[in-house]
Amino acid sequence: MIEERSNPQGHTRQPTVALFVTCLADLFRPSVAFASIKLLERAGCSVIVPTQQTCCGQPAYNSGDYEATTPLAKQVIAMLEPADYVVVPSGSCAGMICHHYPRLLEGEWQQRARDLATRTYELTTFLADIAPLPRSKVKTAALPPVTYHDSCAGLRELDIREQPRRLLREVCGIEVNEMQQTDVCCGFGGTFCAKMPEISAKMASDKVHNAVATGARILTGGDLGCLLNLAGRARRLGETIEVRHVAELLSGDLAVPAIGEGN
Amino acid sequence: MEMHSQAFLENAREALGDPEKTRRRGLLAAFTPMVRNAAMESFGKFEPLRQHLRRVRQHTLDNLDHYLDRFEQEALSNGNHVHFAMDGEEMNRIVLEICQRHSARRIAKGKSMVTEETGLSRHLQGAGLNVTETDLGEYIIQQAGEPPSHIVGPALHKSAAEVRDLFLARHDLGERELEETSQLVQEARGVLRQRFLEADVGIIGANALVAENGYSMLVTNEGNGDLCANLPPVLIVCTTLERILPRAEDATAMMRLLVRSATGQPHTCYTSFYSGPRREQDTDGPIETHFVLLDDKRTDILASDYREMLQCIRCGACLNHCPIYAAAGGHAYGAVYMGPMGSVLTPLLTSLEESHLLPNACTSCGRCAEVCPSGIPLPDLLRDLRQAEQAAKLSPPRWRTGLKLHAWLARHPRLYHGLTALGIPLLHRLGRRRGSFSKLPLAGGWTSQRDFPAPQRKTFMQAYAGVLKAEKKRRRHD
Ligand code: SF4
Repeated sequence: MIEERSNPQGHTRQPTVALFVTCLADLFRPSVAFASIKLLERAGCSVIVPTQQTCCGQPAYNSGDYEATTPLAKQVIAMLEPADYVVVPSGSCAGMICHHYPRLLEGEWQQRARDLATRTYELTTFLADIAPLPRSKVKTAALPPVTYHDSCAGLRELDIREQPRRLLREVCGIEVNEMQQTDVCCGFGGTFCAKMPEISAKMASDKVHNAVATGARILTGGDLGCLLNLAGRARRLGETIEVRHVAELLSGDLAVPAIGEGN
Repeated sequence: MEMHSQAFLENAREALGDPEKTRRRGLLAAFTPMVRNAAMESFGKFEPLRQHLRRVRQHTLDNLDHYLDRFEQEALSNGNHVHFAMDGEEMNRIVLEICQRHSARRIAKGKSMVTEETGLSRHLQGAGLNVTETDLGEYIIQQAGEPPSHIVGPALHKSAAEVRDLFLARHDLGERELEETSQLVQEARGVLRQRFLEADVGIIGANALVAENGYSMLVTNEGNGDLCANLPPVLIVCTTLERILPRAEDATAMMRLLVRSATGQPHTCYTSFYSGPRREQDTDGPIETHFVLLDDKRTDILASDYREMLQCIRCGACLNHCPIYAAAGGHAYGAVYMGPMGSVLTPLLTSLEESHLLPNACTSCGRCAEVCPSGIPLPDLLRDLRQAEQAAKLSPPRWRTGLKLHAWLARHPRLYHGLTALGIPLLHRLGRRRGSFSKLPLAGGWTSQRDFPAPQRKTFMQAYAGVLKAEKKRRRHD
């Protein structure tokens, strides 16, 4: 549970939550960020969106360019530090801040990275465990059967598995149709999907087939990277399953076309 | 398939082009983790034992000289000969010399990845010796003239039908029925029995060397290791320095994790300790025994940032849990070691120039590290190797500059937001109707296999600036 804070004048105030939008949501799917803001406000947080934010640096970092990532990581830390909490609608970007910044940086910056890591959460974890979302705010009838893709970074770096399922149950009143091999990667892997396209596509196809086999009409998840990959592959395979970020489901924003769908 | 690591992508493409084999790899990739997980669940002590072993192995590596000395002394006093080989060539030479000293003609060989590494069988055969691989999987691929596709199950890529055809072609046994897998096993057993009895020298590997008593430990399911070790008059144990553990109890502790991780069994059918030559009161056993301990870059790795890799116990769990290994198959790696552990080891054992592509065969999904009984942070080591790759300017220049430029832009928010605010709305307009692109300039890697989802109308930052402005206006009006 989050606690109210007192400001320097001694007045209690709502805790501030800085939303780290992630570059993919910024560029491809602002609706994820708007849904996140809505959800956080509904959970009683005062949300700020630092306007200097861009990207957490994963593309360079994962490709081994630590040199180019380091100054970017410092910039992100300095920007996010003033908030009480940082919330990220992505397991892999939250994992980058929580696990990889401290690994990348040294000395004083490593300390600052560690401190920030203790206050940084992936969206569904935050809404499930830290600032519980009030139940039943969306019309449940509107949701067709849903299956959930666990992103690897969320699952293994941040232990996110049960949180989004709990939220979908409590907020939307639906049980997830579980697919086979939920713990296997979808083949996105950042630049991997472009460096090794055939292998990546095989992994994505397996995931899409497993998702379709559940009978779900919506494939959701907490990481836009995976979802763009899966939506793109599903379209190529001619599968019509809708792909949407879990924040959109939780906030009831189903009017926007699903990922990769036209309007 | 080309047997070099830089052909990984082409090899993988070729492997994926065979739907039946791809399907079988998929089945194995679903099955092996299930067995391993069931074994670990009923065991219930995976995490504490893994932590314990990690500490023991770290301590051993920190004091490698001490434990090697101790092992050598103990092994010598048990009556063994102990040799150290700096590289594969030296190991091969030492083994050949021993064989020649005994005028050996026939060699019965157990499974050993180290001798795969050094190409020992080829070397001995080149000198006119007759080498029989006696592990069933190794025997099959020896007959087929193929390299192993998996470090534990070298012939996992072969179907029963392929093995049947192979045996029919290679064994001169006339008309016979070979429909059942059990018949195949029976036939191999019959052929191999003869080879054990004829052998002049037995060669085996080791899962561990025990410093306190100078023994080596070997686990097998077929018992072929014991036959190689006990029937021929001469035994040669080939292994590497880092197999060493301080005490016998450390070796058995390791075995509890190794076997469950490898095959999901609580223990293998045979676990043997080899002490040395036959003593006076013994009725069987070899007359002369040798240990050949290979360094081949191990001490370099020990001194490097990749030393954790020396804790690998070769269980193969990381291969079984790697979706890229499952998609590409073991042969695609073009190397002795494959999968996540292979993608770390190969560049370290060969050179970065020869195999820098392999550390890129990773999505950092972390499934390997999660199950690795040695607690090796494989995705971190692979990323560090990519760092070495890019520092040595071996990665494609296009990627290198592109990613640097992206990171630089990301540090200049005004420019970044300005540029994306121009590009994204344009992309949106182009892709709005269909919702995604089937082709897009500069995104060929992506669109060769999947559609490229079109972005929404504006970037978030653009849209949010609008929201903030409207709010300000509203406040001014209130
Ligand atoms: S790296 Fe770990 S999981 Fe892979 S073979 Fe070695 S010990 Fe087993």
